[in-house]
Amino acid sequence: MNELNDPATRSVPPMVEVRGLHMHFGSTYALRGVDLEVAQGEVVVVIGPSGSGKSTVLRCINLLETPTAGTVHVDGVQVNHKKADLNAIRAEVGMVFQQFNLFPHLSAVENVGLALRHVKKLSKRETAAIALAQLEIVGIPEKADAYPRELSGGQQQRVAIARALAMSPKVMLFDEPTSALDPEMIKEVLDVMLALAADGMTMVCVTHEMGFARGAANRMVFMDDGLVVEQGQPRELFEHAVEERTRQFFSQILKH
Amino acid sequence: MPGSSGRGELHPRSGENDMALDAERQRALIAQRHGGTTRRPWAIVDRDGFPYWLVALAVFLAWMGYRIATNDRYNEGAAFIDDGLITTVRITVFSFLLALGLGLVAGLGRIARNPIVRNVARTYIEFVRGIPILVMIFVVAFIVFTSVNGWLDRPNRSSSEIKFIVAIGIFYGAYLAEVFRGGIESIPPGQTEAGRSLGLSQRQTMRTIVLPQALRNMLPAIGNDLIACFKDSSLGTLLAVGEITHKTKLYGGTNFDYRAAYFVLAFMYLSITLVLSLLVSWYSDRLSAGRAR
Ligand SMILES: Nc1ncnc2c1ncn2[C@@H]1O[C@H](COP(=O)(O)OP(=O)(O)O)[C@@H](O)[C@H]1O
Ligand SMILES: [Mg+2]
Repeated sequence: MNELNDPATRSVPPMVEVRGLHMHFGSTYALRGVDLEVAQGEVVVVIGPSGSGKSTVLRCINLLETPTAGTVHVDGVQVNHKKADLNAIRAEVGMVFQQFNLFPHLSAVENVGLALRHVKKLSKRETAAIALAQLEIVGIPEKADAYPRELSGGQQQRVAIARALAMSPKVMLFDEPTSALDPEMIKEVLDVMLALAADGMTMVCVTHEMGFARGAANRMVFMDDGLVVEQGQPRELFEHAVEERTRQFFSQILKH
Repeated sequence: MPGSSGRGELHPRSGENDMALDAERQRALIAQRHGGTTRRPWAIVDRDGFPYWLVALAVFLAWMGYRIATNDRYNEGAAFIDDGLITTVRITVFSFLLALGLGLVAGLGRIARNPIVRNVARTYIEFVRGIPILVMIFVVAFIVFTSVNGWLDRPNRSSSEIKFIVAIGIFYGAYLAEVFRGGIESIPPGQTEAGRSLGLSQRQTMRTIVLPQALRNMLPAIGNDLIACFKDSSLGTLLAVGEITHKTKLYGGTNFDYRAAYFVLAFMYLSITLVLSLLVSWYSDRLSAGRAR
């Protein structure tokens, strides 16, 4: 395996390591050979035009999609391996969706507690305690008994983040977590993400919130057409992008 | 394969409750989509305004009940026929429980990843849908039971009530399978993905996330089938099972008072059906209001 030859990764293996990732749906290609490494505690922001494969990369990391070719390692374990324990791996990778995907038949605290109860097999008391603590961390303990439809979009997304965090994941994946939100609610979600980043969480965030990228990201990755085109520190990429496609993309998102 | 099955075909076993139930189902789905609704005593009130139909039926039933209570001939008929009520209820309960079990299994099988499982489920559903219920009853009683008892080398001594319950259960199981399938497919894939991304297994995701939500969507349709199943218990008379319709035939035949006998019988079905229908509406409304578990 090639990471063993790389002296930089031999001492501290990357938390997430994606190598030569290919993904196709029938005849359409979503990914055409993506390499991505995320170190422990690193915050990586992935940007790129719609359809460039950003979501697919995230979905391959926790195996919501099975890659056509390539390898994905999380904390040194190859996840797209026949013998991998899928459920155990997924429990260690938190995912936050654009559409929140809260469970509408469960209250906020039950949403957060569901996996604690059924995956970690915690007692009711432990589950309730952890779930409440997580809701406190995202700043809405008073909404514990509210159902998703009684919450604003921002509150729903914060519950979704709490739900993922409750499993104490090693890495958090965010797929456009603020894209479905009304503008006035974006900040409350970004604040939670910023706090999480400051706390040392390993994060891969697909987002076009450049303020967040500047404030929290160690690295920004630009994807286009199923490939990583360019990456670097946010400020550097922002001001001195080498690739024409990257510059073009920045000028497009800045117009809005 | 007998034709492509459109959605409208799902409940060919329909009765007078369908209009109210369809309205209710639609309302429940709409409420679900638009996120909740205020709770009202009867869901039916919401959509159709004041339920005059309910008043009309209640008045009619009251008049029938009054006649039965005050007229000796009717009274005597009712006293004979109501011996069959327990049997009617027993048939309905057991055959519907069997149908729910078969329906869940076949509905899950219908959307399974394994093509063998999918095809077995589909075969069962299409087989049953290709046979009228009346014929189904005879097929089960005279072919299935005889053959199975033959294979097992057992005397063919199952009671007609058991045979009838199995026949009705198999029949409604096929229709409920499509209800379950539709209900499960109505839950957005994001729900399953969220469950799986938390580490829940496929089975856990189905049990704790998809089915509870699907059940709410399906409840009006399940209630509809329950009512139809209750009414079809009257076919028990074909196998001489002593439910109310059979009792009525016996009473009419011995006393030559068919008029009183069927008056009483109609009253029994109509009143029980109405109560069931209202219960289903009320319960679906409660569920879609979101609090009940
Ligand atoms: N389930 C799927 N079936 C077919 N095509 C898909 C599926 N998911 C993604 N794709 C295709 O893969 C490409 C990348 O999609 P996606 O990863 O969602 O892009 P992004 O998140 O960057 O917008 C797109 O062309 C999309 O149409
Ligand atoms: Mg996407």
